[in-house]
Amino acid sequence: MTTQHISVTVNGEVREADVEPRLLLVHLLRDVFLLTGTHIGCDTSNCGACTIHVNGQSAKSCTMLAVQADGAEIKTIEGMADGATLHALQQAFWDQHGLQCGFCTPGMIMQAAWLLDQNEKPNEAEIREGISGNLCRCTGYVNIVKAIQQASGQLEAGEAAPVEAAETVEAAPAS
Amino acid sequence: MIPAQFDYVRPADLDEALKILTEREGEAKLLAGGYSLIPLLKLRMAQPGLLVDLRDVTGLDGIVETDDDLRIGAKATHRQIHENPIIQRYPLLHDVSGGIGDPQVRNWGTIGGSVAHADPASDWPAALLAANAKVVCRGPTGERVVAAREFFLDTFTTAIEPTEVLTEIRFGRRPRGMGGAYTKLERRVGDFATAGIAAIVLLDDGGTITMAGMGVTGVSPSPYAATDAEAALQGQRPSEAVFRAAGGAAAAKSEPASDTRGPVDYKRAMVAELAVRSLRTAVERALANN
Repeated sequence: MTTQHISVTVNGEVREADVEPRLLLVHLLRDVFLLTGTHIGCDTSNCGACTIHVNGQSAKSCTMLAVQADGAEIKTIEGMADGATLHALQQAFWDQHGLQCGFCTPGMIMQAAWLLDQNEKPNEAEIREGISGNLCRCTGYVNIVKAIQQASGQLEAGEAAPVEAAETVEAAPAS
Repeated sequence: MIPAQFDYVRPADLDEALKILTEREGEAKLLAGGYSLIPLLKLRMAQPGLLVDLRDVTGLDGIVETDDDLRIGAKATHRQIHENPIIQRYPLLHDVSGGIGDPQVRNWGTIGGSVAHADPASDWPAALLAANAKVVCRGPTGERVVAAREFFLDTFTTAIEPTEVLTEIRFGRRPRGMGGAYTKLERRVGDFATAGIAAIVLLDDGGTITMAGMGVTGVSPSPYAATDAEAALQGQRPSEAVFRAAGGAAAAKSEPASDTRGPVDYKRAMVAELAVRSLRTAVERALANN
């Protein structure tokens, strides 16, 4: 079987590997580079848990081949914190309880970071649209939205977010 | 899920890509963004012997207006199209490009990839059919321009030859009095369309519909042009009754399958309703463009 030699810059560090063309980018990151912060959720391009940045654009790394990233700049969740200092989004997810099980969180944070690169102060609708390719099965998204509002300077840590009427779910009638 | 093994090449330009396609005719698949092809490779629904990655082939992502038409390069991503200043004047294309999949899909997925893939529930084919667009294919002996209405042959099947590369989509320029819209129903954001309707109308100065185009996706083995609906609109003044008649005609031509997205009758009813909504919006936009 023929392999391809590829070189990628991952979180600022140049990494090289000989890979089968069919190797998915997420497997390169997790199994070859041992960067297991990027998660595999659905493996069908739906859930966004594997979201990373490739040349500054958010991508689902389960839907990209490692060879497609040859020469690219990649950023993963491991590249977000500055030493012991959390990235503003990581801190905000902590402060706002933007996670429960945490499985979706790396992808959610990478997608939120891309969103804030495009739009410094997204409104709530823009935040929800921006993370529409990332599924969370625990939180119901309310605290994730708050975390992104905090990270974009639109909400203080510990401040109760204004919950808009559209989000209010009516209780099901007792049957 | 792991794709089956394949060879991989990354040609430097279009001529080299075409040479490879001829040398390995029938074995190769082209790769652009990958958001249509890679899921199929992972499911092993596609097992090509060779993947030809077009990432180094430049000059295929332009968005330009000529005297006659609007030309969108095959490698333009959904997001590049949605954000392009020219496309702000083409509301149907703006609607479609902004609603495909999710932001990550739109960052990487391309119009050419989506059109060549021809998923029966994808969005672009409906727009191409409604707009009577043209698909440009480059082969070993030159360029061929195929009408969209002769391009989508069946599920995942198009008029592209195995030795050709889809290079460009051409739409007519938007004249005064023309408006378009795309409306789709999804179970949730990012899902494939349960049904999607692209509509274009051209109004004369008196407000009569002098041309109508309608493309329907999600409810038949291949997206189709609702020609009976177009005939029902032609020469009429816009009204709810006319829209309903057209919606009924569009639904009559559908061949939906009963599945997790709903039973047949429901899907037919949705085609009729979505057609009405697309027509309302298209007419509003046509009037605003007078």
